[in-house]
Amino acid sequence: MKTKKHTPYLYMLPGLIMVLCFVYIPVITNIGYSFFRLSSYSAGARFVGLDNYRRFFSSDVLPIMLRNNILYAVISLIVQVGFGTVMALVLESTLLKPGASAFYRNFYYIPALISLTAVGLMFTYIYDPSVGFLNGLLKIFGIPGKGWLGDSKLAIYCIIAMSQWQFTGYITLLMVVAFQNVPRDYVEAAAIDGAGPVKRAIHIMIPQAKEQLLVCTIITIIGAFKLYTEVYSTTAGGPGNSSQVLGLFLYQQAFLHDDLGMAAVTGVFIFVITVTLSIIQIRVTRSGQE
Amino acid sequence: MHQRKQLTILTHIVCIFFCLVILAPLAWIMLNSLKTNKEMFMDSLAFPEIPQFGNYVRAWNLGLYRYFGNSVLVSAISLAGILTLSSLLAYGLTRFQAKYANVIFFIVLGGMALSEQVALVPLFKILKFFRIYDTYGAVILPYIAFRIPFTVFLMRAYFLSIPKELEEAAVVDGYNSFQIFTKIIVPISSPVIASCAIVNLNFVWNEFLFANVFLNNKALQTIPIGLMTFKGDLKVDYTTTLAGLVIASLPLICLYVTMSRQFVRGLTSGAVKG
Repeated sequence: MKTKKHTPYLYMLPGLIMVLCFVYIPVITNIGYSFFRLSSYSAGARFVGLDNYRRFFSSDVLPIMLRNNILYAVISLIVQVGFGTVMALVLESTLLKPGASAFYRNFYYIPALISLTAVGLMFTYIYDPSVGFLNGLLKIFGIPGKGWLGDSKLAIYCIIAMSQWQFTGYITLLMVVAFQNVPRDYVEAAAIDGAGPVKRAIHIMIPQAKEQLLVCTIITIIGAFKLYTEVYSTTAGGPGNSSQVLGLFLYQQAFLHDDLGMAAVTGVFIFVITVTLSIIQIRVTRSGQE
Repeated sequence: MHQRKQLTILTHIVCIFFCLVILAPLAWIMLNSLKTNKEMFMDSLAFPEIPQFGNYVRAWNLGLYRYFGNSVLVSAISLAGILTLSSLLAYGLTRFQAKYANVIFFIVLGGMALSEQVALVPLFKILKFFRIYDTYGAVILPYIAFRIPFTVFLMRAYFLSIPKELEEAAVVDGYNSFQIFTKIIVPISSPVIASCAIVNLNFVWNEFLFANVFLNNKALQTIPIGLMTFKGDLKVDYTTTLAGLVIASLPLICLYVTMSRQFVRGLTSGAVKG
């Protein structure tokens, strides 16, 4: 096509400017903020060097947050990625007719369509000690109820359980599509060689879908370190700080305690973790393209 | 063969069991959204004497209609922005052999690795400085910017697969590059545009972090943040809150039921083919 040299850049410019202004500049500014003491509501800023980092790494809450974020990541990997993949294998096995398999897959995906806040609020009622669904169910079986979200030992597990309910079907859906892309002849050839369904899954299906499996693993871990809404809408980090996580801590430091420097350091910490994982993810997905 | 039949039945039992696990909390929410508060406090597992559809009317009139309207407005403008800017960007990247296309693609792609939390505090300051804070623009602009990388990623792959010959024929007919974009590229790419629209709608409709920080005025809040306000306002009126939660969750579920194919394609092409 005959065009002026600058023509393609005119098409690219508006989108590029948006990304630079509202994604890159804030993220870079955030790194700068981490060296200052500053407030949300006034313009003044004082350079404090690494003081914010010192305060962050010596904070009492940091070990709790790391434990909670890592716990969320590990349980999500086991349930969503591990069990979600097994369910995908079951749905894609020859035992189910395509119609039935599609029905189950769509059904499991429904919770992922509900907003995180709506799910969070729903579960505050489900976990409610006096009128909640869970204690009501336990009562039928004669088991005494618990405080759930109000119990500092249980709160984070309640939140994690809620997320497994919401997102296992999402991973199942992603893995089902990956398994559908495995060439039929491979699977049929293995079947003719006498490989049973379990053997076919381990030796054919999973190796063929390993890229997608890795992507699911990475998005699950990234999600665990970006965790915010689920905790905000259920316990707000409580009781005490027992269900505190990095994302919510950042928000609270910035907009409740007006300590933007501390919030910025938390941001840098999340940044380092998520960027590292995202780069791996982008490399994996790119290598999948011919 | 007999054994296989048993195995099939067993598989169905397992699958139905998990359907029930998914369904039970939702069914309980819906059941109680149709009760009076007194009935819920007496026994949350019992059926209501008379279904209280009035709870839904009350939830809607108590402010949900406003949050709904805001969400529709914010989602529509954000989607239009995301799709227009991303498709133009992807067009510029793929159809011209521009010298710096790879550099620009790399920069845009890098945006996918940056999470919203990290930009939160500076964005707040920037929006305040430009007096956009607490307007619709305060969420629309960041939504557009944060969704462009992913959307360009999907569209670029699709645009690359469109044969060059179509464009060459159009050039012979005297089309300029913008006409080629609107008359050839966009119509051919409608499947990928539909997928992008749905996946981004899912994000924008449910987004909470930015909406919570950048929209303070109740009159502007979108559904996810409105639900929090709503619950705070209603306090002990549990059943009306539950009805509100059901109303808020229905639109995307309905959309999924009607357009699941586009949905699935959007989700998975994003994760696999990239």
